[in-house]
Amino acid sequence: MTTATLNPTPAHKADVPVHASRETNWRHIAGRVVYHVFVMAFALLMIYPIIWMVFSAFKPTDTVFATAGQLIPTEWTLDNFVNGLKGFMGTGFVRFMGNSLLIAVIATAGTIASSAITAYALSRLRFPGRRILFVAMLVSMMLPAQVLMVPQYIWYQKLGWTDSYLPLIVPYCFAIQGFFIYLIMNFIDGIPRSLDEAAKIDGCSYYGIFFRVIVPLITPAVVTGCIFSFMWRWDDFLSALLYVNKTEWYPVSLALKLFSDPSSGSDYGAMFAMASISILPSVLIFLFFQKHLVQGVATSGLKG
Amino acid sequence: MSQASAVPGRRLGEAGVQFKKQGRFARFMTLERTSGVVCALPFIIGFLVFLLVPILLSFYYTLTDYSIIGEAKFIGIQNYLDMFSDDKFFKSLGVTFFYALVSTPLRLVFALFVAMLLLKNSKVSGFYRAAYYLPSILGGSVAVAILWKQMFAADGVVNQVLGMFGLETDFAWLGNESTAIWTLIILGVWQFGSSMLIFLASLKQIPTELYEAASVDGASKARQFWKITLPLLTPTIFFNLVMQSINGFLAFTQCYIITQGKPRNSTLFYMVYMYDESFTRHHAGYGAALAWVMLLIVGLYTGFLFLTKRFWVYDEEA
Repeated sequence: MTTATLNPTPAHKADVPVHASRETNWRHIAGRVVYHVFVMAFALLMIYPIIWMVFSAFKPTDTVFATAGQLIPTEWTLDNFVNGLKGFMGTGFVRFMGNSLLIAVIATAGTIASSAITAYALSRLRFPGRRILFVAMLVSMMLPAQVLMVPQYIWYQKLGWTDSYLPLIVPYCFAIQGFFIYLIMNFIDGIPRSLDEAAKIDGCSYYGIFFRVIVPLITPAVVTGCIFSFMWRWDDFLSALLYVNKTEWYPVSLALKLFSDPSSGSDYGAMFAMASISILPSVLIFLFFQKHLVQGVATSGLKG
Repeated sequence: MSQASAVPGRRLGEAGVQFKKQGRFARFMTLERTSGVVCALPFIIGFLVFLLVPILLSFYYTLTDYSIIGEAKFIGIQNYLDMFSDDKFFKSLGVTFFYALVSTPLRLVFALFVAMLLLKNSKVSGFYRAAYYLPSILGGSVAVAILWKQMFAADGVVNQVLGMFGLETDFAWLGNESTAIWTLIILGVWQFGSSMLIFLASLKQIPTELYEAASVDGASKARQFWKITLPLLTPTIFFNLVMQSINGFLAFTQCYIITQGKPRNSTLFYMVYMYDESFTRHHAGYGAALAWVMLLIVGLYTGFLFLTKRFWVYDEEA
């Protein structure tokens, strides 16, 4: 017990032993209370905008701004959800969700599968050009996707891919996000090589080693990769903006943009209702896989 | 496994079953170097087709007058020369630098502050971590951008809350040249979660003995922070600084949805300007040139940060 705990900021040094007395004990408890009240209040302040959005979705749409200062609706309604789900120009919001889901799931499966096998090759096998590929992987990690926006668009247009989901899905199935290769490589490096060798002696080919030895052991990295890939694909706005033109093919990100355009009227209640629904997958994934996410960020330092 | 890994999978079947008695092809396929190339094939194709081709192609297009629809007309370095007389280019460059160089340090200070707060272990620290990280999880989404736009509207939450404290209540945050950019900066700072987690991880690695020794010597908490915590964190700060600045230079969605560069281009992010030039005004050649300039800037800036590294980043090997 120490007086140091009174000061919450450098908290981890609190375990320096000082003589405990009744007085310090009280101060210790008071310090903890102050700490928790402060951290809790600050945390609530941080997530207040999101909570506000969710509650506003339940307010009658004409009162959303009149009562913006108060959090809990005085009058609860589900109208916003009903109106919002009707969507736009005859396309329901469920369709938008389905579009996003389709894109995000296929792109994620493709990214992780292709990244995993590439990571295996780069970290376990010796072959000509391996070094060059390693550098290429680093380049693809460093090269900002936005910078390639214009040339990629021109290139996909030449391939006849604009106006389709192909640019949103196919490139990802070819491991173009070096980050995921890197993530899985780091993990494979931690698996003892003796396992590979044992499998090889038992007559396993290099492909067999990947599928039978490596794949079952890299599950944690694969899960982490899937979570991040899914959330990034789900939120992806720029490529949808570039390549998807038909309203019924819009993913959620683009559809929400429609809701917020002044030209298409402003049913704020419906907009907040759909915005709340659109963040649901990310929030749920976050709640279920918090440990994986935190680990993934802490060890690899990715954005997000 | 999806289509990408199906190729080597099929080959495995051939090698393993059909050609057990060593056909020449099968033997070739199971060599280590062949296996390596086969396994890396998805990435080899992906890199060549989806990264290298666009890079080369784009460099060519920077030397042309190209509207995406018509033919590309070779004009030499005219696109690059045009930038010097393009006010919006300089304006957007200035805005982007201001945004990246202000929001990144603020975000890191905030992230470090919260990480220090959360270092204390308690039963609810998992909950705290989640609450502080949540805004970053949702940060890139259109939903949050829309929310932000409404919060800072003249009749939005921010003004209502200010009104409760008896302050001016109909200020147009997004309509004012001097405040609009700050709303975007605040949004950027609010998403401090991933930097915070990285700080938290490296704070936990600082050996407690250092602090014990320091407090035995009578060093105050503040002194311990400046003399132990901060120096040992510099590699992490450096890493965060590089990553987050690059993100700052390349920000797009927030600006595109919240302000669209308004008012009077005071929030015109470089990426939004590039998008407009390329796809709204159909100056794809010029847009490609803008992209190359940004790539150069990001490269130079990162290089500059690496140069400063030895003056302030603590290196254990040194």
